[in-house]
Amino acid sequence: MTAFAALVARDLTLALRAGGGAWLAAGFFAAVAAIVPLGVGADLVLLARIAGGVLWVAAVLAMLISLDRLFQADFEDGGLDALALGPLSLEAVAAAKILAHWLTTGAPLTILAAPLALLFNLPDAAYGALVLSLGLGTPGLSAAGAVGAALTLSARRGGLILPLIVLPLATPAVIFGAGAVLGAIEGMGPAALLFLSAYALGTVLLAPFAAAAALRLHLAA
Amino acid sequence: MLRYSNPGRFMDATAALLPWIAWSAGMLLAAGFYLALFVAPADYQQGEAARIMFVHVPAAWMAMFVYAAMAGASLTGLVFKHPLADVAAKAAAPLGACFTALALVTGMLWGKPMWGTYWVWDARLTSVLILFFVYLGYIALWSAIEEPARAARAAAIFCLVGAANLPVIHFSVDWWNTLHQPASVARLGRPAMDAGFLWPLLVMAAGYMTSFAALTILRMRTEILERRARALLLARAHGAHPLAPAHGAHAP
Repeated sequence: MTAFAALVARDLTLALRAGGGAWLAAGFFAAVAAIVPLGVGADLVLLARIAGGVLWVAAVLAMLISLDRLFQADFEDGGLDALALGPLSLEAVAAAKILAHWLTTGAPLTILAAPLALLFNLPDAAYGALVLSLGLGTPGLSAAGAVGAALTLSARRGGLILPLIVLPLATPAVIFGAGAVLGAIEGMGPAALLFLSAYALGTVLLAPFAAAAALRLHLAA
Repeated sequence: MLRYSNPGRFMDATAALLPWIAWSAGMLLAAGFYLALFVAPADYQQGEAARIMFVHVPAAWMAMFVYAAMAGASLTGLVFKHPLADVAAKAAAPLGACFTALALVTGMLWGKPMWGTYWVWDARLTSVLILFFVYLGYIALWSAIEEPARAARAAAIFCLVGAANLPVIHFSVDWWNTLHQPASVARLGRPAMDAGFLWPLLVMAAGYMTSFAALTILRMRTEILERRARALLLARAHGAHPLAPAHGAHAP
């Protein structure tokens, strides 16, 4: 097994164990999606229009709460030092952790979104766009979040500053992801999905470099 | 630029320069306000309300310019390890945030009579709002990390990551259908604006730029003095050093 695959497998195992919080993000996602209709009222026409936006915002929030354990646990017990000295470059370490994070948060969210959209009376034409947009966009969210998590690794009140840093980076995903769902309802073309793919590709390719630079910064101290 | 990486030389140079810059800023702003309020003609369609343009447009220009300057300073600090680059970026950040807030607020006040609404979620307004949050995140990151050297590098990385927003802001009025007016001055070819409006605008922009320069230099000087004070306190706390200030210190 290559070192990259071994690191991904290790992170997956840790996340799936008790205390790993693998299902936290999915549970939070479901809770938010369930509570919004209670707030905005039971008007099904309204809910159908806002479904894409609400589910996308819930997805961003759910990924945010699971981000601070991305590097923190390894940093605190010295595992990150060992990884930095190992055969993988820090960029590869960051990429492996982003992949493991997406597998435990983004992928379950994508699957869970379709049943939750039933609560919102989403038109049938938009289900494909919803799942596709989440599937394409959540890797980008994991990548952007990893940059924020690496930057705030040892910060005081790091948990509070992380959303402030990550949310501006995540806004294009929300804009184009929700726009893709709305576009599918109204019969517009695939432009929003194309923009979303561009965003996801860009962040997934560039985030490991930024995150590794931030990790080096904190490890050197 | 490399000459002034020595903080002592920087402090000496700016001590002489700062009053000149500050006075120029004051005079340019005064001239700009006079031109904007009394000399520039009223718009034939919007009347006197269009004069808010002279506050709003230079503020928006400065909001983007300051962030670009911060990104350049961050790159210089990260790559060339220029000692004062991160000081410059830290000093400029709150000023940039204020210019962005000024642009947003004056834009909202202008939007109500012109478009009938305070806000609309089009590409330009949204991307400038995101720029405002990036400024806030940058400032928060500086204060969240204890050690100044590490905070400087972390903030520099974040500033460079957020710089992807700048081209989006500038080209948003071309790329998307938007309520906001397209670029009239900063475009290829001659500015599409009459001289009666252009000159007050440029004078106001010069006033904003010089006041930004004066305030940034002042904040950089303060930051350097604070770092010196911190270094002295740390030296004192580390105990009996033969060169430490003697007054008030007890021999161990």
